Amino acid sequence: MNLHFTAEEKDFQQEVQQFLQQKLPKDIATKTKKALHLSKDEYIQWQKILYQQGWAATNWPVEHGGTGWTPTQKYIFANECAEAGAPEVIPFGLKMVAPIIYTFGTQAQKQRFLPDILASNVWWCQGYSETGAGSDLAAVRTTAVKDGDEYVVNGTKTWTTLGQYADWIFCLVRTGEPNAKNQEAISFLLIDMHDPKISVSPIITIDGRHEVNEVHFDGVRVPAENLIGAQGKGWTYAKVLLTHERTGIARVAISKDRLVQLKELVEASPDGDNKLMNDVIFAQKIASVEIDLLALEYTELRTLSALSTGQAPGPESSILKIVGTQIIQAIDALYVEAAGYYSMPFVPYQFHDDYDGPHIGPEMATNSSLRYFNNRKTSIYGGSNEIQTNIISKAVLGL
Amino acid sequence: MDFSLSSEQQMIQDSVSRFILNDYDFDTRRKILGSTAGYSQENWKVFAELGWLMLPFTEEDGGLGGTMVDLALVMEEFGKGMVVEPFIATAVMAGGLMALAGSQAQKDDYLPKIMAGELHMAFAYAEPQSRYHLHNVKCSAVQAPGEFVITGEKSVVLNGNHADTLIVSARTSGDTHDKDGISLFLVDARHPSVKRQGYANVDGHQAADISFDNTPTLGLLGEKGKALPAIDNIIDKATLAVCAEAVGAMQIAHERTLEYAKTRQQFGRSIGSFQALQHRMVNMFIEHQQAKSILLMAALKMDSNHGSDGKALSAAKSRIGKAASLVGREAIQIHGGIGMTDELDVGHIFKRLTTIQFLFGSTDVHTTRFASL
Repeated sequence: MNLHFTAEEKDFQQEVQQFLQQKLPKDIATKTKKALHLSKDEYIQWQKILYQQGWAATNWPVEHGGTGWTPTQKYIFANECAEAGAPEVIPFGLKMVAPIIYTFGTQAQKQRFLPDILASNVWWCQGYSETGAGSDLAAVRTTAVKDGDEYVVNGTKTWTTLGQYADWIFCLVRTGEPNAKNQEAISFLLIDMHDPKISVSPIITIDGRHEVNEVHFDGVRVPAENLIGAQGKGWTYAKVLLTHERTGIARVAISKDRLVQLKELVEASPDGDNKLMNDVIFAQKIASVEIDLLALEYTELRTLSALSTGQAPGPESSILKIVGTQIIQAIDALYVEAAGYYSMPFVPYQFHDDYDGPHIGPEMATNSSLRYFNNRKTSIYGGSNEIQTNIISKAVLGL
Repeated sequence: MDFSLSSEQQMIQDSVSRFILNDYDFDTRRKILGSTAGYSQENWKVFAELGWLMLPFTEEDGGLGGTMVDLALVMEEFGKGMVVEPFIATAVMAGGLMALAGSQAQKDDYLPKIMAGELHMAFAYAEPQSRYHLHNVKCSAVQAPGEFVITGEKSVVLNGNHADTLIVSARTSGDTHDKDGISLFLVDARHPSVKRQGYANVDGHQAADISFDNTPTLGLLGEKGKALPAIDNIIDKATLAVCAEAVGAMQIAHERTLEYAKTRQQFGRSIGSFQALQHRMVNMFIEHQQAKSILLMAALKMDSNHGSDGKALSAAKSRIGKAASLVGREAIQIHGGIGMTDELDVGHIFKRLTTIQFLFGSTDVHTTRFASL
């Protein structure tokens, strides 16, 4: 056990740095660093650059086009990306549905879907939550009724992130007998979003953005070949996916970089005649979050290290989700506090590409509260932190 | 000791409460926010007609002689409806400064118009570098032949974009951080040398960044170079007002969360039946009660000390800021995804509870001030 990178790992780090320096578009990096929103095209542009480098799928096995990296390499890559301002990969295709397809899908499904996911040719979204099925995800009511070679799908999914851009959606649907036990009646179905019987309606969130949607299915006919694995086993597959989702959700590298930037910001922020960094109480608050993050970083490294010895991410990954989101939200709150009065103006328009009017407040200040508001979602999505707590309580502590 | 309301206090509380209930529901508020002005001029007339704009002023000045407790009662009700009309900016801050520092002639000129709802005002004090230090004033006033002219910038001036007349803090002598040498000036907000960048804040309140470039004034307000005590006094009163507003907003956030937890079904039962959530809603309740108590303490102490008690006020702002943070975040979390949506009021309450934590000094700033006094 040691903390040092080997010579090969140091070479790899250099290779990643070089790649980012040469290939990461400057405008995308600047926006990412400032926590501004990227367009669909910008995300795809970056993901295609990763694809051309062979680095799009850091968590896939090599046989399907993954990098086959060690946990240390993944750690190095994540940290360099965050520091350089590389956007986080949109997870729905590359990180969420792909592992389900290559783990539980047929050969035909793998051939059909994985190459386009790898190359970011298609945009995926997630059809899990419903109005009546949030934390109680197994209560989904969207039905898929077998009719010959097809399933007929009816129902409404909600909180579908960036579903307005999506070409495909992976869904948890109810295929079982009405009186079957909830979880045994759920199946995992891939659905083409271009079907005219699907409609998408926006949900505006408290930061004024259109990020999530409702997706309505009105008698959508889906070929039975789009079912993943066995009918009625969807819940098992979804649970595997949720563990994958949770590992990524810690976002340690991103939080590290945001803290570095926060310290620069606070160093440069006037506090009357003083600077804000000289405010001992505020400096201590930053330090306290930084210490929490250090502990989380090593919790994540321990988890990854266990993974590298061939173990699946266990329920311990719930710790990463809980603490990771607590830290994200704590950092957001510090940005708002640092911004002071300039956390208040609601002026998102001044960050649009084509805006050339006067700017209100210092950069990052007026964006801080919107990010604080938006990231309240992090302790709600991906299995709320209450659900994660229950998982640890039951599966780890045996309570 | 008697904490019960007098009949006059009960009357004014009922009157504001009725207005919020009948005329300021969430949809009405949403329409007001969507309008060009961002607040309702009709409501402003109602505030005048019902005498609410007279409340902060002494009977001698033609007002109702309201106490800080009275002000808190009104603001607590305003908080329940998340009222965006610029009551604090015009009546508490600008009007308060006028009453405190104005000459008889200035008072005769301005106060009746403020109380009649005919004049919108704003107090421009914060600057890009000043943060919460009220004595940190760069904006300068120099005596051109005859009159003073003002040059400088002011940040996030509440109601700054709609105000007819501004009260501006500017330095007439000394360095940026000197406590002496700060003066108050009346300025015509529509003078061509006044540049205003207006916007809505995340909580729906209107504000503006304002710059002055050799702007002539409509006169000095109070004694030259000696304005800081009046500024401190008025910002403390405005702080008490938002503290009370937060207490009202927290009550609604807690009520909404309880209602939702009782009705929302997951795992075949109401989520309010889970003990993990029950305890958290109890904590929200305790926070609200503690906030309400310390608000009363501060208002009573200010009233028994001629309207000013910095230590008591800072205790209230600190404790209420802490409560507002917890109650707002928990309201969203317990609602889950639906709490994140623009269509539900709880998200808007959360946003107002957030900005109040950073208005007129953050929680930490007031904790430090409490310790120092």
